[in-house]
Amino acid sequence: MSSNETAPTNYLNADYGVRSWLFTVDHKRIAILYLIAVTFFFALGGLMAVLIRLELATPAGDLVQADVYNRLFTMHGVLMIFFFLIPAIPGVLGNFLIPIMIGAKDMAFPKVNLASWYVYMAGGLFAAWSMLHGGVDTGWTFYTPFSTAFSNTYVISTAIGGFLAGFSSILTGLNFIVTVHRMRAPGLTWFRLPLFVWSLYATAIVQILATPVLAITLVLLIAERAFRIGIFDPALGGDPVLFQHLFWFYSHPAVYIMILPAFGVISELVSAFARKRIFGYRVVAAASVSIAVLGFLVWGHHMFVSSQSPYAGVIFSLLSMLVAVPSAVKVFNWTATLYEGSVSWETPMLYALGFIGLFTIGGLTGVMLATMGIDIHVHDTYFVVAHFHYVMVGAVLMAYLGGLHFWWPKITGRMYPIFWSKISALLVFVGFNLTFFPQFLLGYLGMPRRYHAYPDEFQVLNVLSSAGATVLGVGYLIPLVYFFWSMRYGKRAGDNPWDAFGLEWETTSPPPTFNFPATPKVTLEAYDYTGRAEARLARTQPVRSSP
Amino acid sequence: MSERHHVTGLAVYLAVFLALMVFTAVTVWASFVHLGPFNDLVAMAIAFTKATLVVLFFMQVRHASRMAKITVVAGFLWLAILFGITLTDYFSRGFLG
Repeated sequence: MSSNETAPTNYLNADYGVRSWLFTVDHKRIAILYLIAVTFFFALGGLMAVLIRLELATPAGDLVQADVYNRLFTMHGVLMIFFFLIPAIPGVLGNFLIPIMIGAKDMAFPKVNLASWYVYMAGGLFAAWSMLHGGVDTGWTFYTPFSTAFSNTYVISTAIGGFLAGFSSILTGLNFIVTVHRMRAPGLTWFRLPLFVWSLYATAIVQILATPVLAITLVLLIAERAFRIGIFDPALGGDPVLFQHLFWFYSHPAVYIMILPAFGVISELVSAFARKRIFGYRVVAAASVSIAVLGFLVWGHHMFVSSQSPYAGVIFSLLSMLVAVPSAVKVFNWTATLYEGSVSWETPMLYALGFIGLFTIGGLTGVMLATMGIDIHVHDTYFVVAHFHYVMVGAVLMAYLGGLHFWWPKITGRMYPIFWSKISALLVFVGFNLTFFPQFLLGYLGMPRRYHAYPDEFQVLNVLSSAGATVLGVGYLIPLVYFFWSMRYGKRAGDNPWDAFGLEWETTSPPPTFNFPATPKVTLEAYDYTGRAEARLARTQPVRSSP
Repeated sequence: MSERHHVTGLAVYLAVFLALMVFTAVTVWASFVHLGPFNDLVAMAIAFTKATLVVLFFMQVRHASRMAKITVVAGFLWLAILFGITLTDYFSRGFLG
């Protein structure tokens, strides 16, 4: 496609220059800012993972020393969780799509939206500064009293980074809630909302109610470390288990801040590529909200061996298993949507199907870990590492990539190479399983996490895992290349390349600055492919004159 | 938007301020009365009442929309979840003997 062809005015060509991007209040441009930032932090966190897997290719600790290894896995966790997984889908896809999906011109608070990106970047700067000065070695969980009394690394600056990233997350959540409440187009009732909007609404509830507790906890940690105010350190009269309660009160719901938006993406993909209304729409929407609420009641399952009372452990164990119910509802409903659907194997759908399989494994091993007897056996082993990577990478990252492939033509107006995208989806799926499935076995055999050396008998499985990480890395690199390529050389996508249902496909690709020429009126239920087909047919049929 | 705002008179604010001062004095006085474990309970009850006054009058939640009220209640409900479930741990640690 010739680049001389004049494109209609859209959010990308409405204005030019760095200032027009850095001071933009357009939710779509802010989404692009988030896209660039989270990609950078993902690459940085990925680099740490590469070094970790390289070290673990041999049993001896021969590539890095133990304390460097501690810093590597800590910074990998901090970067991936606070600066990639939490902001990725809400910041990029949520920011871009929520106003368009509800027929609005922008977010309710466009300037707050931009502020959220700056606060996030400030947090990122603190984390990056800490890394450049030698990093932090506490693990991403900052457990006390090691973090407040013993660690000689950059705990405070990293904690400030997490604190700021948290506030960015709160601002995003606040904006989503107000936008969904106040700015829906005429006719767009709550139960006509796309499930992606429902899932981000549920996510926003978690962001607003849980994140302040992280902020408080990190402030208390800094107060103890900097000023020796006794809160968590027993030597100062504090209680280290209190830190774990406060930390996990945020950090377990944070898992749902990551996974709920992913659920939303998958609902969109499955419906679009099965050409069917999602099976049990209302139940899937309600499942998002119930996961958000139940997710607050389960944090103690991270603390079964922390000297927490076994009675509290039993309560947490039971409550944790309850979360499996709405999660399973979603998996069953996506599967039921496929039944008798007109399924097509486009790239986003490959990611969605991969997601369903990997999330099922991640979720079911979660139920195993919620069982105290099993958890005590595999606690702090690679079994846990494998479990949460199946959820965080297998599920969230697959959904993020699936969503990015689905909406890329809308975001850029260009299409990426289909062949390569399918190859990379396959590589990601195979590479992921090769990386993390052996870790279930390693953990069950007793290999503890967070050590840079291990006994010889674990080497075969570790080499498999490292080899898988290489495949996975290639699977991530290919989209990075062709997404860049497509921005200039990709075929023009058209407004609705997938013939999908939803307001975002009604506007041009890329959308104009205020999304629609006029506020749309919604007359159909969500994903009403049948209704849409009938409406199209009615439009093309000549009006019969009465006899 | 401003037409719908309920205007609270200065007298109400002064009365609430006075009530807060009185409760503060009561807190100080109660701390000198020996009530055993009930000292904590009394102090917490007074603090709760004062906080409620601040939220209802100074933060104007009394005349706020139903949505704002739900938001405030949710915040405190979640705080109760944090405290309540954490205390199930602390209170039951000794059960095993």
